[in-house]
Amino acid sequence: MTTAADRALLATLELRATAFGAIRRFFDARGFIEVDTPAVVPCPGLDVHLSAFEVRDPKRGPVGWLATSPEYQMKRLLSAGAKRIFQLGRSYRAEEHGRHHEREFAMLEWYRAEASSDDVIADTEELVAFLAELLTNDGEALDFYAPPWVRLTVEEALRQHAGCELERLAEDEDRFFLTWAEQVQPRLGLEQPVVVTDWPPSMASLARIKPNGMADRFEVFIRGIEICNGFGELTDPREQRARFERDQAQRRATGAPVYPIDEKFLEALETGMPESGGNALGVDRLLMLLVGAESVQSVMPFPQERL
Amino acid sequence: MADTSDIRKGFKMLIDGVPYVVVDHQFVKPGKGQAFVRTRIKNMMTGAVIDRTFKSGEKLEKADTEERTMQYLYPEGDARVFMDTQSYEQLSLTDEQLGDNVHYLLDGTEVSVMLFQGRPIGVTPPTFVELEVTETEPGFKGDTSSNTTKPATLETGLQVNVPLFVNVGDKLKIDTRTGQYVERVKG
Repeated sequence: MTTAADRALLATLELRATAFGAIRRFFDARGFIEVDTPAVVPCPGLDVHLSAFEVRDPKRGPVGWLATSPEYQMKRLLSAGAKRIFQLGRSYRAEEHGRHHEREFAMLEWYRAEASSDDVIADTEELVAFLAELLTNDGEALDFYAPPWVRLTVEEALRQHAGCELERLAEDEDRFFLTWAEQVQPRLGLEQPVVVTDWPPSMASLARIKPNGMADRFEVFIRGIEICNGFGELTDPREQRARFERDQAQRRATGAPVYPIDEKFLEALETGMPESGGNALGVDRLLMLLVGAESVQSVMPFPQERL
Repeated sequence: MADTSDIRKGFKMLIDGVPYVVVDHQFVKPGKGQAFVRTRIKNMMTGAVIDRTFKSGEKLEKADTEERTMQYLYPEGDARVFMDTQSYEQLSLTDEQLGDNVHYLLDGTEVSVMLFQGRPIGVTPPTFVELEVTETEPGFKGDTSSNTTKPATLETGLQVNVPLFVNVGDKLKIDTRTGQYVERVKG
């Protein structure tokens, strides 16, 4: 006999299968090829606030970490000549758990060579509108997701929602993120999705710096929730190495584990990576929003607490 | 010492010497930045609810609170006296501390008393209590289904809206979480 929990599980599976199939059709129709890169990597993301799960071989000890994102390997594919690639896989992050966080989550990441961040923002708008059409039949929801979405710079978002100037917050990252988390983010994307661009260069991560001095990085917010993070990619190996070294120093200073620098990724930049745009989107969060669920766990068949 | 990873519904912590209980919480991590835990917490002394954001990993001081089952004895001035059902120790709480809960206390009612650093700060009454009607308009015979209600006063002074068939002297089951009428208890 099937219980209510069984029926909910089957509905979740159906939702995910429908969405995954649609995502693959979407990218296939646009000339992308699907790629798959390893889950266990020698160098996880170096961002100061990322924490990776260590993987151990029972005899040989540590062999690497679970990938916090497939970024380095996918960019190596761009250097090798791939033009349009996407991956619908999993990423893993330690020390993140809550209604919008699960240690293991479905990540959609895609790159376009010889393209800009604007091109992948357009992909994002079209993809989300396409999924909304498929998964909801509520006219209001379709209007909500219809492109083009509002664009705001970080400076404008801070001024509009927190009444403060980026200039005054930029030096103190903790205060920036506290203001962002408490006052700005909950108010972003309430009437329609919002694309936030022009991040401070200190938060550029793997993005290039634009002529105006800001990072070519964007995030999309829907109903106060961040669903993706994309870049006009940094292609300069020297600048990339300097940033990695800065990240390592910051990790050392805060007592966080200092992951090694991915030399193969830097070599790939040396041989030449084309100007590219890329984006990483949390699929569970997007599904949660599209079906009006309260948590990412409610659109996952086996979140941690039901394992 | 606890930290933000211990935060869950019902977690009790001390902020500036005042005990707070977590009502709601959410892990937030803006972009590539520092993670936070956004909480909604209730001041256990005053009942006031506030929002507070903690940095993920921030150390927290657990509030040293204790709950004991006690029996309500009698009023004394603007306070009420309770007795520990195990040790027979007696203590009192002011009507102000008790708030709406004064309306659920009858001689002998068992409540859970919350103590902070050994001093009582509040009580949790049983989820349902039975109280007698002392005042209401006369009932209409036979009207047992209507959705219309009328006000009634109960023996503790509690005001509730009741169906028209309820009469003075009836015993009513009241939900103490909402302060609302549940049903008439057949005597």
